[in-house]
Amino acid sequence: MTAADLSVLRADVDRRFARRRAVALGLPVLVLAYLVYIFFAFDIAGLAKRARLDNAAILLADTYSYRTAVTQDHRTDTLSVAIKGSRKGTLTPAQYPDWVKVDGKATSVELPHGAKVVMSGDTAVFTLPQYGVIRARLDAQNHIVADLPPGPRPDWISLSRTRLAVTAPEGRMNMTRSKTEVFRYSLGWAMFFFTPSSPYYGHSVVDLARAVLTGDRIDPARGNLAGMAEDFWRNDVWTHGSVAWAMFETVLMAFLGTIGAALIALPLAFLSARNFTPLMSLRFGVRRVFDFLRGVDGLIWTILLARAFGLGPLTGALAILLTDTGSFGKIFSEALENVDTRQIEGIRSTGANPVQRYRFGVIPQIVPVLMSQVLYFLESNTRSATIIGAIVGGGIGLLLTQAIATQKDWDQVTYYIVLILGMVMLMDWLSGLIRRRMIRGK
Amino acid sequence: MTNEALRGAYFRELRRRRLTGALTLALLTLAMVAGFWIADMRNSGTFFGGLRHLFDFPADILAEASRKAAKIPGECLHSLPALIETLNIAAVATLVGTLGGGLMSLLAAPGFAPFPRAVPVFRRMMDLGRALPEIVVALVLIYVLGGGPVPATIAISIHSIGALGKLFSEVNENADLKPVEGLTSVGAVWSQRMAVGVLPQVAPNWLSYMLLRFEINIRASAILGFVGAGGIGYELKNAISWGKGRYDEAAAVFILLILTIIVVDQTSSALRNRLTTGA
Repeated sequence: MTAADLSVLRADVDRRFARRRAVALGLPVLVLAYLVYIFFAFDIAGLAKRARLDNAAILLADTYSYRTAVTQDHRTDTLSVAIKGSRKGTLTPAQYPDWVKVDGKATSVELPHGAKVVMSGDTAVFTLPQYGVIRARLDAQNHIVADLPPGPRPDWISLSRTRLAVTAPEGRMNMTRSKTEVFRYSLGWAMFFFTPSSPYYGHSVVDLARAVLTGDRIDPARGNLAGMAEDFWRNDVWTHGSVAWAMFETVLMAFLGTIGAALIALPLAFLSARNFTPLMSLRFGVRRVFDFLRGVDGLIWTILLARAFGLGPLTGALAILLTDTGSFGKIFSEALENVDTRQIEGIRSTGANPVQRYRFGVIPQIVPVLMSQVLYFLESNTRSATIIGAIVGGGIGLLLTQAIATQKDWDQVTYYIVLILGMVMLMDWLSGLIRRRMIRGK
Repeated sequence: MTNEALRGAYFRELRRRRLTGALTLALLTLAMVAGFWIADMRNSGTFFGGLRHLFDFPADILAEASRKAAKIPGECLHSLPALIETLNIAAVATLVGTLGGGLMSLLAAPGFAPFPRAVPVFRRMMDLGRALPEIVVALVLIYVLGGGPVPATIAISIHSIGALGKLFSEVNENADLKPVEGLTSVGAVWSQRMAVGVLPQVAPNWLSYMLLRFEINIRASAILGFVGAGGIGYELKNAISWGKGRYDEAAAVFILLILTIIVVDQTSSALRNRLTTGA
């Protein structure tokens, strides 16, 4: 090698290095420039203003705790205790939790850390060990009058003639002209098993287990287990029965869509595979149908189908079916084009007719590819069925969007999220299991 | 074993397999028929009733679009910012998914993990991200962060990290460990070993999966818009809710969306072909 050759080589290497370096430096710069553009396009700076961190706090607290409202009505002079402040959670006096004590006219509500509220008629006394005693009452003009401990009023107490609001870490009290409310937070999901309308409400697990074992009926009309199962299933706050149906519907949409698509795509795939359909125009036509089905996205299919078939799981299943027929058609026809022709030759040499050649020469070769793809899609469609359900009004997706829309049932939202995660992971595990078994079995 | 016994055993096995096959097929058929029947019952419209009206809506849209053909380009232009927002959501989510998924896949690869004990933790995190449907995260974040593209971006990013992390992990398993060992012997730290020893090996496959993910994310971002996260999906929802007489805008959105998906699919498929065969 001469010196001239070497210098040419050197120049070449230098050039390549320079190009690589330019790419290595240029790419991050490009990405960074794009992100700067996104920063302005997405208005990230304004996000801090729009973000409702108080919403996030409510959401987080509601996922693992619930509040019980103890309300003294000033107009009717009556007391009510309601879980989550809802009608369905209203307790009868026998069901009052042990931190609510009724003594004649006076009601005392014990709060954590030694705090306490005593309500009686139009007066309320809020005792906070860290702060002092707040005495509030309605005067003759029906205005709120409150005596606070000496010193400046802390910002967690707001007071006007029509409203007193105390938001202490121990608990909250609101007093208006019409009523006084005290809120206490408790851990867990309220009324998950039984609502207060059920005779099984308020019994501990031990109590219930003992009742089942000894046979002492809690509800004389029904056997313990049957009654419990019935009241759990018909729980009208958590609606376990409908949730189970919704989960089933979601899986059903995914199953019908995926398997239906595979059944339709398989014969069509033969028509679009080069080695099975020599006629080019037919092949081209079928392929364009596949491209069309895939290209017109699931969202558009969902909208179009919802117009014709109405709302419900059938529409969701058909939307998945149409989109996946396109995807499966493409995958299957590729698998068919890769089929080993020697097996088909072998079958032909035994005098087999075309149907037998397909059955014994082709199908056994493509079944593993086919099944493993179908299982993959089944798993991913379970996830898609959740969102499609939200659009077509079926399945767990609908329940989820409804619960989020109320902006207060975050415990139920959490429950649905857990169920969806469990469902998707179960499908993932199941399809993996079948796939592995098939690969090992064959 | 005699010929007779062999023959008997063969036919017994054959009969057993045929029976299992027939039973599986029968069960599957039964499940499909029963499933369609149940789904049909719980639908607000029936299958055969809907079949007759299948083309009513597309025909309405097409008729109106052809009647107001002159207005369509203007409507397309009007919806273009929404389309760009949808594309941006998908692009940022793909970018975050690639970086996050790449990092996670390296942390979860038995060969190169810096903390081998934490490998199962990172794997489970990827599984969780993959299992979490985007709609769940998006809807909750819309409540906290308000509207706009950010909730959808975060939701799709989380899913992308999980999905790409798993695919990248499979790529990593086939990477050659020797360059990493060589780099270790000259004292390279973990980030250097990964950047110089692993990334050049896996980059083509990673990029190919990234492009595929971008296609998927465009669809996901459009569908999230429909449930309230902004972009072209939201535009579409509004356009079709106006009803008859105003379908020109819906037609424009349909055209934009379908064209975008086809263009991106074709481009990414061409690029992926170059990545896997060329390079």
